[in-house]
Amino acid sequence: MMRILVVEDDLEAQKYLVNGLKEAGHVVDDAAEGETGLALALSRPYDVAIIDRMLPRMDGLKLVEEIREHGNATPVLFLSALSEVDDRVKGLKAGGDDYLTKPYAFVELLARLDALMRRRQPSAVKTRLQVGDLELDLLSRAARRNGAPIDLQPREFRLLEYLMRHANQVVTRTMLLESVWEYHFDPQTNVIDVHISRLRAKIDKGFEHPLLHTVRGAGYMIRAQV
Amino acid sequence: MRKFKIFRTLAFRIVLIYFVAFALSAAAIVAFTYSNTVKALNAQTDRDVSDEANILSDDYYRFGIVGLIDNIIARYPLSAQGHIYVLAHSDYNRVVGNLLDWPQTTPAGGDIVEFNYEPPRGHEVHRARGRIIQLTGGDYQLLVARDVAERYETEHQVEANLPGSVLLMIVLGLVGGALISHQLLARLDAINRTSREIMAGDLSRRVRVGRTGDEFDALSENLNRMLDRTERLMKGMREVTDSVAHDLRTPLNRLRNRLESISTGLDPDSTEAGAVDGAIAETDRLIATFNALLLIAEAEAGMAREALGRLDLRGVMEGVAELYAPLAEENNLALDIVPSGAAVVFGNKSLISQALANLIDNAIKYTQAGGHVRVSVEDTPAGIALSVADNGPGIAAQDRTRVLERFVRLEESRNSPGTGLGLSLVAAVARLHDARLTLSDNAPGLKAVLLFPPIRSNA
Repeated sequence: MMRILVVEDDLEAQKYLVNGLKEAGHVVDDAAEGETGLALALSRPYDVAIIDRMLPRMDGLKLVEEIREHGNATPVLFLSALSEVDDRVKGLKAGGDDYLTKPYAFVELLARLDALMRRRQPSAVKTRLQVGDLELDLLSRAARRNGAPIDLQPREFRLLEYLMRHANQVVTRTMLLESVWEYHFDPQTNVIDVHISRLRAKIDKGFEHPLLHTVRGAGYMIRAQV
Repeated sequence: MRKFKIFRTLAFRIVLIYFVAFALSAAAIVAFTYSNTVKALNAQTDRDVSDEANILSDDYYRFGIVGLIDNIIARYPLSAQGHIYVLAHSDYNRVVGNLLDWPQTTPAGGDIVEFNYEPPRGHEVHRARGRIIQLTGGDYQLLVARDVAERYETEHQVEANLPGSVLLMIVLGLVGGALISHQLLARLDAINRTSREIMAGDLSRRVRVGRTGDEFDALSENLNRMLDRTERLMKGMREVTDSVAHDLRTPLNRLRNRLESISTGLDPDSTEAGAVDGAIAETDRLIATFNALLLIAEAEAGMAREALGRLDLRGVMEGVAELYAPLAEENNLALDIVPSGAAVVFGNKSLISQALANLIDNAIKYTQAGGHVRVSVEDTPAGIALSVADNGPGIAAQDRTRVLERFVRLEESRNSPGTGLGLSLVAAVARLHDARLTLSDNAPGLKAVLLFPPIRSNA
């Protein structure tokens, strides 16, 4: 359960967003313009804030800058219907943590909120990741499953590391493309699927219980057998 | 060709023109002054000797030969000032005078003559100029002259100094030309430099305008006015694309939201769920097409120019090729990266990556199993070439321009997925970077080359 602030001026989109988040089990406050959004953000602690880029009374960018100036570090996900190539950069510069262009798929939004939350949890610097019998040593950059070493290419290692850092969470293809490859465009063919199936062949082949799962209509998840 | 480049520079031409003009005018002035001075001095001497000769001939006619002789002798003290008098018979036998003999004269126009003589106290030969008068009725002739050694000396000196003067003139001409060209070109250079920086992205910058209001300031002002206009247009363009984006994305967002909420309420295996999922997929294709169109519009309007920077194309190539390598392998294709050194261009990483991804994606899509796709970056004299070459079916020569247009899909590819905007985006990205996109026959296959202009070292 997360406490989420939604600042969105398109009331229909706001209603859908709030309902969806509530159905997913979160507590949601909403505002339809920037100034109310700022007042809410500063008066209550939120786990994450979803803020539209263009808002009446106070622009989304300005709103986030104000929040940050007050020393508030609530993770912010920008929603934008704008077009500019560098709009994402502007959003992140203003203090946003993630950026999603409208229209978006709800699963994409949920996955990103999960990732933002996970990032926020204070954790000691990890040198080892483990999911079931799959281990990843971040120092020696070695992977093992059930004690047997797995030979990974550098990019496969980063892909697995990202998946394991977000174990038990849905990770979308776009998130992988953005985080592991640092590309922000939509490849015409689903290249990510091919990378995943290669990784899957390396870590799951020959084992009874697969760890890397495809979540239909959403993306992937690495999860140990329950 | 390169080493003759200096001859084409404006600086060289200014120096040359200035030097030639300076040399010609300086030479003309010196020649004119010199000849006029000589003429004026000679005229003065000629007038003096004529006047004196007339006085003396008057004496002869009034007082006879004795009177004339007396008068000549009376003028002997003037010898010190270079006055020369010789009276002789018509057979040149000297009667009286301050020269020992009638000198050897050379005519210098009319009854004016010039001659050399040795002054009484001195050993040097002096030059003199004077007039000869025939005294009628007595078979006498009279020479009245002036020593012009000083003037003659000056003339010689001027001639002796000529090489030095010429050298000085050359030096002054070159220095003057260089100074002028430096002065002019420094200002032109400043304008050029700022223009390049502005073209490279920062539209808010302006060319510095001086306070003198001269032609360069007028040029700068005009440039700035053009920039103001361009900036206004770009801003307008951005507002339009932003509002188009916003006004289309907002309803698309609602549409997708509604479809999603319908979908979540349905049994995933029902036919209705399948239909709704199909509608969602169709919406996503619509969104993808819209995004691609918007990106093309932005790239063509040069709106992303501000996001350009120095970029190593080799890194871009390796990154994108690595992303597509497993896909190529899956399709039984060899995706080869031709190794190269660093190749820095002025560009936007995200856009060039996307353009390259589109090219590689196309190559993989259209090349049959067993074929190969070759990606390379080459530093050529014409610029930096980023190429994707395959040995697939290629594109017929008459279609190569057409496929760059929006939504054009060739018969052969009608049924494969895609928006028909992939190559249009590549073309738009090329235009944004002042790069040239060429599609050519790879015999067999297609070779797509993006030729980026080389980075100017002073840009």
